[in-house]
Amino acid sequence: MSSTSDLTIQVVEATPTQPWHKPRAEQRRDALVYLALAVVAYAIVMVTGIAGPDGFALVFFVEVLLLTILRSRGIGKAKSTNAIISTVIGAGAVVAFAPWMSIFVSLVTKGFHGLYVGYLFHDMRVTTPDDELNMGGVGHAIIGSMLMVLIATAITLPLGILSGVYLTEVRGRLTKVVRFVIQSMSGVPSIVAGLFIYTTVIALTGSFSGFAGALALSVLMLPTVARTSEEVLKLVPEDLRAVSYALGARQWRSSLMVVLPTVRSGLTTAAILGVARVVGETAPLLLTALSNNAFKFNPFNGPIASMPMYIFGLLQIGTEYSIARAWSGSLVLMLIVLALFITARRLGGKDKR
Amino acid sequence: MNVVSQVGTESKTSKENGIIMNEMSTSGASTAVVERPLGLETRGLHAWFGAHHVLSDINLQFPERSVTGLIGPSGCGKSTFLRMLNRMHEFIPSAAMAGEVLMNGSDIYAPEVDAAAMRLKVGMVFQKPNPFPAMTIKENVLAGIKLANLKVSNHDDIVEKCLSRAGLWKEVKDRLDASGGSLSGGQQQRLCIARSLAVEPTILLMDEPCSALDPGSTLRIEETIRELAEKITVVIVTHNMQQASRVSNYCAFFLSDGGPGVLVEADATRKMFTNPTDTRTADYVQGKFG
Repeated sequence: MSSTSDLTIQVVEATPTQPWHKPRAEQRRDALVYLALAVVAYAIVMVTGIAGPDGFALVFFVEVLLLTILRSRGIGKAKSTNAIISTVIGAGAVVAFAPWMSIFVSLVTKGFHGLYVGYLFHDMRVTTPDDELNMGGVGHAIIGSMLMVLIATAITLPLGILSGVYLTEVRGRLTKVVRFVIQSMSGVPSIVAGLFIYTTVIALTGSFSGFAGALALSVLMLPTVARTSEEVLKLVPEDLRAVSYALGARQWRSSLMVVLPTVRSGLTTAAILGVARVVGETAPLLLTALSNNAFKFNPFNGPIASMPMYIFGLLQIGTEYSIARAWSGSLVLMLIVLALFITARRLGGKDKR
Repeated sequence: MNVVSQVGTESKTSKENGIIMNEMSTSGASTAVVERPLGLETRGLHAWFGAHHVLSDINLQFPERSVTGLIGPSGCGKSTFLRMLNRMHEFIPSAAMAGEVLMNGSDIYAPEVDAAAMRLKVGMVFQKPNPFPAMTIKENVLAGIKLANLKVSNHDDIVEKCLSRAGLWKEVKDRLDASGGSLSGGQQQRLCIARSLAVEPTILLMDEPCSALDPGSTLRIEETIRELAEKITVVIVTHNMQQASRVSNYCAFFLSDGGPGVLVEADATRKMFTNPTDTRTADYVQGKFG
């Protein structure tokens, strides 16, 4: 029926025969099957000695595995093995995810009722830990943590990036030594970092301070920033360095103007990962910054509050309301770290675009 | 073996190319007296990677204001040779060399020579287009000036002039602030050429500049190369015999039989492709091996 007179393109009508998504009916049937399995698992948990949510999960897993084995009969050995292994690996993923979910859920459920609008903006100056939960707040601890982390970042970011540049760009004679020192630093227990500052800075100045706390955090933060910077700088194509040398650039100008700008977002990620590493540290602050109940904006003048010390202090008091406050503080701290990590992921993702 | 003399023998062909062959006679001394430092010559050049001898005794003169093509099968050392002409060879930790590279009569490997300052006079275009990803098109063109800390005021003029010479101005003049990575492969390569021209080199080294590009972009870049050769000395490594015959005035044929690469023959391109002295050259340019 093709007409040779007009040269229109003949299009053959067709419908796809291989759907990439399961048909609606099949999806509904699968959902029903899994629901039925869950009900059966619940019944087994009720009737037998197996108990608790982990018992339920175990029974459910065994059921799904049995179902997979039953279904995979007669479809060939390779296919049935594939189906069974897929089920086992899927279960493994759920198990790996479970602890995180457990922490998240318990923080939200236990920390939630201590939260109110003023919680983020009040301090504990006039509120005792036993007061009702609609008084006082974590504002002073957020400010204190922020001050110390900012100072620690201001110290470690240049140092960390510079050591990254030394390891990847300069590649001097001390490369191995520097890498070894950074690796051993990342293994330093956090209490040792606190002790180090306690025996040097605190012993010298004679008083606890936010600045000393920031120094202790820097000891822990530096290896993270340095190693991340090194990894990021390693990703810069060798070509770009060659081009800038071929253009007549000296090494430091090439590093400063070509290599570092190329990984700007990666270095931002390094900074944020460093911050996330130390923002929840308690031990180094215990010996350096101590704690405080009021807003304080001067990091050089005596003890200062921080998120982890706020939580730690309230837990030690151990009354009903103080523990509730500690849970709320933990929830806020986790949300801050979560926000930092999300920011890091988004900034880091831009490089790969 | 003195291949240098062979370059000078074909005076008829070279006059057609508009070159005064007397200036590049075998002595090499005459190249020192030119108005701009365009002269480039190698004497007894050897190269090693570790204990591996990759190039042996290369004596070659590059005629000024012309295109010299370096041809030969893979692994014969052409790219290594090219990278020795602006001391990029020495960035490879195991690399070693012997011999002289004379630029305008003086050895660029002499101890008093500042390699970075020397590279300013020698542009280089790489096989893969590699604009700086963190910079705009305009910033890419000006990168060499910024990197070498040169004092120039007329930035916009330089950008327009270099992009025009690289044959890219018309395509990008309305989006100079776009990222260099947003261009097509061929455009990126022309941007890289513009970038290397901004510091006004007198010699331009090109390492298979078109091997990653489509035929259309290749043609544009070949036009660019021929225009550039009116003012500067161009050395181009290419695997493409058609390209060598289209774009170069002179050719140098490198070959390795498993040992170090040697220079088999160097002469005017027309002679190399029609009536070469060495039978191996004839076999190679006719595609019998390689």
